Amino acid sequence: MDIVTFAVQLLNGVQYGLVLFLVASGLTLVFGILGVINLAHGAFYMLGAYLSWYLASVTGSFALAFVGALAIAFLLGIALEEVFVKRMIGRDHLAQVLLSFGLILVIDELRQILFGKDVHSVAPPAWLGGSIQLTEVLSYPVYRLALCVVCLVLAGAIFYVLQKTRLGMVVRAGAENRDMTRALGIPFDLVNRYVFAGGIALAALGGILVAPVSTVFPGMGDGMLILSFVVVVLGGIGSVAGAAIGALLIGLTDTFGKVFFPQISSILIYVLMAGVLLWRPNGLLGKA
Amino acid sequence: MSDSVFSGGRLDRRRLLLGSAGLVAAGAGFRFPTPAIAQSAPLKVGFMLPYSGTFAKLGKFIDDGFRLYAENNAGLFRGRKLEFVQVDDESKPETATDNMNRLVSREKVDLVVGTVHSGVAMAMVKVARDTKTMLIIPNAGVNEATGPMCAPNIFRSSFSNWQVCHPMGQVMFDEGRRRVVTITWRYAAGTQMVEAFKEGFTKAGGQVLEDLALPFPEVEFQALITRIAALKPDAVFAFFAGGGAVKFVKDYAAAGLNRTIPLYGSGFLTDGTLQAQGADANGIKTTLHYADNLDTGPNREFLQAFKQKTGEEGDIYAVQGWDAAALLAAGLGATRGDWSARDKVIAAMRAAELASPRGTVRFNKAGNPIQDIYLREVRNGRNEFVSVAGRSVDDPARGCRAV
Repeated sequence: MDIVTFAVQLLNGVQYGLVLFLVASGLTLVFGILGVINLAHGAFYMLGAYLSWYLASVTGSFALAFVGALAIAFLLGIALEEVFVKRMIGRDHLAQVLLSFGLILVIDELRQILFGKDVHSVAPPAWLGGSIQLTEVLSYPVYRLALCVVCLVLAGAIFYVLQKTRLGMVVRAGAENRDMTRALGIPFDLVNRYVFAGGIALAALGGILVAPVSTVFPGMGDGMLILSFVVVVLGGIGSVAGAAIGALLIGLTDTFGKVFFPQISSILIYVLMAGVLLWRPNGLLGKA
Repeated sequence: MSDSVFSGGRLDRRRLLLGSAGLVAAGAGFRFPTPAIAQSAPLKVGFMLPYSGTFAKLGKFIDDGFRLYAENNAGLFRGRKLEFVQVDDESKPETATDNMNRLVSREKVDLVVGTVHSGVAMAMVKVARDTKTMLIIPNAGVNEATGPMCAPNIFRSSFSNWQVCHPMGQVMFDEGRRRVVTITWRYAAGTQMVEAFKEGFTKAGGQVLEDLALPFPEVEFQALITRIAALKPDAVFAFFAGGGAVKFVKDYAAAGLNRTIPLYGSGFLTDGTLQAQGADANGIKTTLHYADNLDTGPNREFLQAFKQKTGEEGDIYAVQGWDAAALLAAGLGATRGDWSARDKVIAAMRAAELASPRGTVRFNKAGNPIQDIYLREVRNGRNEFVSVAGRSVDDPARGCRAV
């Protein structure tokens, strides 16, 4: 493999990892702060993609579709927290799994009723529609590069909010000791609600951003859900920084696995996960 | 996860749609008194098809095509009425054996028509062999069904994976492609299609540089597309279907490879997916046993009749359902409607020559169609006919000893 091809594959791996991080960060936040396992995370990813396709085809504008789909996902997150999820906080994981599995079925059926089961594609905004020539035959879509930038900015924003702001302090305090936070008079239930809605919005955001480079199809959330869990477990449950490292590791392993070890590429990321868990049973940055 | 690229309805509840569809009056035979046996009871046809999930449209079109033929050609069924029983197989291999057994044992159908998904079809083939139930497969292309698993009572009105890909080898060689890369999902259908293409291509004198594959149903193609760009082959042969086909074609074009390395494939790469693929699919050449604009008498009549009945544009799946009914008519015709004269029915069906919308169809010893395979090119959002890639292509029926 020459150096140019290697660099391009590196870019592929990083880009894939960044998208994985975007989706998985919502999952790890919700688990780390609310203590709720959300199996429907992949379904919200799919819903985001379908919403952006639908809104883009109605309004003709990717920007409007982006804002609209994100807003709908956020509001849906708030409503679901109010009606269902807040009752699940502190319950055992089986109840949470049952509820979120039910949500998968409902969302899948809703998608079927509202949008049908056809495969769709979404056009990227025109100013990101071009591509950059990398080698004599290969070019790289500008949208994919923009996707990397957006993911990096979002990752930075998440870290900033969690580590440097008062809101982030409350969130971290709540994750550390829920009862003590409440006793100090901090409205932690409200925080729960917005963290859950934010997690759902992050999943949907992943779907919205990926829609133009991927396609929009019914089963798209299933694979992403499993990968997100691998990322979260690898990085350490509840750790956003761990999710970032885990996602990049998975992205690079998958990309180079497909190139160098095609026969076993499908199991490589799971081998990686098993190896890391043997070495650090709580994940890379997980707390014991 | 085994079917999740296709699986809108992976989690759909199970549905059993019994006989509500009712009877089709095949009311011919006014001129001659038909034999008493022919009027005794309607012939019970069991449709085991995907009526929900991502293949739902395919299942419906097969069903519609079958019924349309039965209604329009009632006379050919020799006074035998047809009664239909529908079972939704949901494209789930794990429930396929139970569903098939229910049709055979409880519903006591005379003939089963199904299905789309190859894994489900293989389970059906096993039951059909054990119970000697007549079976017509109206889509699933898995080679084994008319290979090692063949039996006198098993027919196929569609294609084998080998059959639609083998002719592409010669086509690509004749177009000057000498060094080629293949890419597909690593599962039965993908492997069979790529192997058949390679067989034809290396026999013609071409060289396959590398076989790229990724786990089914993954759609992260970027690493392999970069690999293709590094290998710089003359062309690429691909098999994907459904959502994966759309994404692969779009990613391939987004990487700019469609300008320098032409993309070829089996017909499923661009069938039923063109609307989502858009202009990125233009120029892709594929082989299949049908093309959107075949200008033959039977095809024009079929498309018109189908449009009239269902309001939709007929496609290859509807044709395969239509031909399954034509095959049944050929069997009944030979015995004047007497289904119990089984050997005669089977012999007549094996010897049938159908004037199908896709062209003339005959059957080999394993019950697989012998048919023309067409080279098509994507133009104007359609798979347009280019030429005949192979005349009267016959699947080698490898491993078939039972007949």
